[in-house]
Amino acid sequence: MIIHINGEKETIEASLTVTQLLAHKQVKMPDMVSVELNGDILERQFFDTTIINDGDAVEFLYFMGGGQV
Amino acid sequence: MNLNDEQVERYSRHIILQGVGGEGQEKLLAAKILIIGAGGLGAPVALYLAAAGVGTIGIIDADVVDISNLQRQVIHFTPDIGRPKVESAKEKMNAINPDVRVVTYNELFTKNNALDILANYDFVVDGTDSFSAKFLINDACVLAKKPFSHGGILRFDGQTMTHVPGTASYRCVFKEPPPANAVPTCSQAGVFGAVAGMLGTIQAAEAIRYIVGVGELLTNRLLIFDALRMRFRTVRVKPSELGIQGFRDSYDPPVCELRR
Repeated sequence: MIIHINGEKETIEASLTVTQLLAHKQVKMPDMVSVELNGDILERQFFDTTIINDGDAVEFLYFMGGGQV
Repeated sequence: MNLNDEQVERYSRHIILQGVGGEGQEKLLAAKILIIGAGGLGAPVALYLAAAGVGTIGIIDADVVDISNLQRQVIHFTPDIGRPKVESAKEKMNAINPDVRVVTYNELFTKNNALDILANYDFVVDGTDSFSAKFLINDACVLAKKPFSHGGILRFDGQTMTHVPGTASYRCVFKEPPPANAVPTCSQAGVFGAVAGMLGTIQAAEAIRYIVGVGELLTNRLLIFDALRMRFRTVRVKPSELGIQGFRDSYDPPVCELRR
């Protein structure tokens, strides 16, 4: 199925959870990612149980520090 | 216009610019903007706000200039090593533009001084490094109903969004600070110097456009760029019903205690 990750079209196997998608995309530290699914920020507690569907738009938003020191 | 001859000349490129004009320039001269952090982001913000003739600019930072800062913190020069960053910054800002009143705070921004300091300003720019500071600034600005620009940089990446009361805040995107040490800071992971300039300049443009009241602010949108591939994108974000009623009991200590 086809989904959009960070604005780019990607083909993935069906029925991945958000946690599995993060692993599939080799996101090393999921704790540092906020996930937006179809325009809404997904609570971290639902990463394990939320299934990605065909046509979904997923954004991985990274914590970014930096600037001062 | 209440501008004197020298000001008309100094700000002529703004005055002839449709959308700013003499009226916009007068708003800038009357404006009060606070910059939190006189580092990689704060440096370009401070330089551009001073050049633009923002009448009062507050700058808060407890650090002194270190040699490793000079790769990107363009407001500080080699002879400034060891000096308080706010003093070094003030000197350059006044050298650019003596019209500007620079108020320095050589201290940390904490929940104890936050609201007193914010009360004096119209707009706030977050140029800090730590997540504890970013969440504190967010909560303080929401509580004080102050608009602010969030900014973060790491490696070749930058992100920024603008909050005005009623629009999405930083907490609407990033609910809680990440676990300590889950996210590397610039001192651990490095940062491409020009990224600080790119992002800080966007923050300065937001602050100036807010004061002038021109265009469309970066509200309810997170701008993310990757300077390695030089791609920019904006992600729509929604305000959520967070109901920030007060400060948290604790804002986690900075994720990194490495020597800067």
